[in-house]
Amino acid sequence: MRKGFITGPVLGALWLVIISTTVSVTMSFATGAAFRPQVGLSLIWGAVAGLTYVAFPARHAPARLAISVLLGLSCLSGLGPVLIGPDTTLQASLTTVIAVAVVMHLSLAEILKELPFTELTRHEFEDAVIRFCTGFGYIFFTAIVVIPFYVMVMTSLKSQQALLQNPLDFSVDLSQGTALFRSYTELFRDFNFGTYLWTSFYVSVLTVFITLLFSVPGAYAVARFRFKGQKAFSRSILLIYMVPMIVLALPIYIAFSLTGLRNSILGIVMIYPVTTIPVALYMLQGYFRGLPTEVEEAGLMDGLSRLAVIWKITLPLSLPALASVSLYVFMIAWNEFLLAFMLLDDPSKFTLTRGVTMLNSSEIPRQHLMAGAVIATLPIMALFLGLERFMTKGLTAGSVKG
Amino acid sequence: MTSATPPTGTGALAKREARLAWTLLAPTVISVSLVVILPLLAIFWISFKPFTLSDLRPPAPVVRESLRGSGDDLRIEYRLRNSSQEIAIDGVTLSDVLPDGVVAGDVAAPCVLDGQDLFCDFGTLEGGQRERIRIPVAVDGDPDAFEDVVEASEPRLTGSGPNVLTNFEFSLENYARVFDGAEFWGVLWVTLFYTVFGTIGALVMGLFAALLLNKSFKGQGVIRGLYLFPYVAPVIAVAFTWVTLFDPFSGSANALLIQMGLTSAPINFFGERPLALIMVTVFEIWRYFPLSFLFILARMQSIDSSMYEAADMDGASPFQKFWLLSIPQLLGILSVLFLLRFIWTFNKFDDIFLLTGGNAGTRTLTVNVYEQAFAISNIGAGAAVAVVILLCLIAFSFVFFRFISREEGL
Repeated sequence: MRKGFITGPVLGALWLVIISTTVSVTMSFATGAAFRPQVGLSLIWGAVAGLTYVAFPARHAPARLAISVLLGLSCLSGLGPVLIGPDTTLQASLTTVIAVAVVMHLSLAEILKELPFTELTRHEFEDAVIRFCTGFGYIFFTAIVVIPFYVMVMTSLKSQQALLQNPLDFSVDLSQGTALFRSYTELFRDFNFGTYLWTSFYVSVLTVFITLLFSVPGAYAVARFRFKGQKAFSRSILLIYMVPMIVLALPIYIAFSLTGLRNSILGIVMIYPVTTIPVALYMLQGYFRGLPTEVEEAGLMDGLSRLAVIWKITLPLSLPALASVSLYVFMIAWNEFLLAFMLLDDPSKFTLTRGVTMLNSSEIPRQHLMAGAVIATLPIMALFLGLERFMTKGLTAGSVKG
Repeated sequence: MTSATPPTGTGALAKREARLAWTLLAPTVISVSLVVILPLLAIFWISFKPFTLSDLRPPAPVVRESLRGSGDDLRIEYRLRNSSQEIAIDGVTLSDVLPDGVVAGDVAAPCVLDGQDLFCDFGTLEGGQRERIRIPVAVDGDPDAFEDVVEASEPRLTGSGPNVLTNFEFSLENYARVFDGAEFWGVLWVTLFYTVFGTIGALVMGLFAALLLNKSFKGQGVIRGLYLFPYVAPVIAVAFTWVTLFDPFSGSANALLIQMGLTSAPINFFGERPLALIMVTVFEIWRYFPLSFLFILARMQSIDSSMYEAADMDGASPFQKFWLLSIPQLLGILSVLFLLRFIWTFNKFDDIFLLTGGNAGTRTLTVNVYEQAFAISNIGAGAAVAVVILLCLIAFSFVFFRFISREEGL
């Protein structure tokens, strides 16, 4: 197995299957025309290419370039790795050829590097396999993450007819100008999405504030003071994590129905923080434990009271942690679906998630639903990308909650 | 010479500290126990009761008062009915004060008139029963003007039906219904499949992604952010996107598969048994691999690099380094993640509910709670399923704490 002339063709063959599938899927999604990867032919072409790349070790050896160009051009004949449908434009066909040839050459040169033709050492062999897996991993993960979001955004820009005609055609007709965003304008005009956006926003912000108000003192107490029941307390925080929301939602629904809190924003604002306080408490106490006690003790020696120490020393020191926790709590509150779904019936009081759920009916066209999904996703994504560092930290510290 | 002994017991300072600690904790403890402990107790209580959605509005007497007729035949009418069609209400009485200027004539049983105070005792009102009381009256003035005056004075009603929630009758009917027949075992099997494969899948994918990104290169931050998208995006957005993507008629996934010749007819991904269950599990893996990825990556980056350097000196191959160094180092975080994700996947409700609504063989225990409580509107049965979930969780958390205390020193 560990021979260059075996490893090379095997990796080359498998790699070309991956490349041709990727190119076909990408081209299909981009143009809507018919592209099909041919697995058998890809294996053959890829094996030949792999053998060539192993036989000619120079990075851009002419033989390497020749075989890549050849297998790219073969797509036009119907005997290549990618079968191009008859109605495809010349432009799309040429793009496919170039994509297959260029990507194949660059990636295969990277994977097989200077792999010798005959006996391989264990290191050379395993490194090649790892490079192959790495390449596959990037393509795979990027595809599974990008495709759904791409479909979400593109569907929201299409019209109902265009969608049914060819569900694969996601090309955007820029000439229609602002009409492109008709789903969005309709959502804001006819479905009150402006109000929902605002409701979601202030409910989330209120949740963040109330959560911090409760969890900062609590976390400080758990992290700094020794008292009876401290251990039991930190354990019960974790236990509360483990109670499923639907189990709590049932009695909450009953209680809110009986007290008239159902269908009110007040009820939502009361209930959201309670679901986030344990998470925030858990995250913050971990951070407070990591802060040096000496600074606080110095403050105490200088005559500050405990509360003043918390306010003047601990909190300013833990601003980054507070930012992470706030972002994380904001995300939970913004994305919350179950409680909003069960407790809100009145369309004038919907949060954004509840509003989007309303769009999931057979009478409302799909692109409206997708536009709603985009509206719900965009703010959280913008926040996430802008403050990625805090967010990642928050996610890691918030650890267990899913 | 006496030997010095350290003070025993709790000192004044420690006491003060403990007091302050509890003061700071009090708001959290109170609010959380109100919303977590109380509902959990309520769930136990309700699970033993035949409580349905309609019981949320308990039966009550309803009355309409009006001034009818004209001239000599002027009368005040009270129309009383039981709001429930089935349940009787006990101790129904009506009392009202007739406005000044209204003179009542003869009052028939069950009513008595004392001055201007009217009091009627109906005793028990059967389900769906209606009563009508006519009181002939004479008014001094224009009857039309009095109509508003008469109708403005609200009669007071007493009487209440049996409240299912607060009485002390219990039954095991809900549990009998929940455990009845093959359905329960089907639900349990689906839950186990979803939980086990969802958890393991997300862990393996997370490990793979972490291995990819465990080196610094340009754009690593961007890719890391990108791979977190599924987890950060609102569940309704991604769930509906998946539904759209895999729609049998207008979905892109089916169009793609047909075009590639992998299938000739569209596949109903979320509507066919066993496929729907596999799809919701795949969705779970897709949505939660970022979480495992983030944790495993954080742990990987904290592994001491000198260990790998030593391994290099000894001539270890990349695979050997992975199996013999990385995996043992990651075992701790992997097992913690497994337990946590296992519990959380077990608890998951939103995802399946949004994707399939629990149809096509995807009903897990949590979806069953909703199904029983709201679709069949039998809250008691839903609560019984919830109790089953809680019992499972108690077992899990027992394992969890035995394990975690070793791993994280909690």
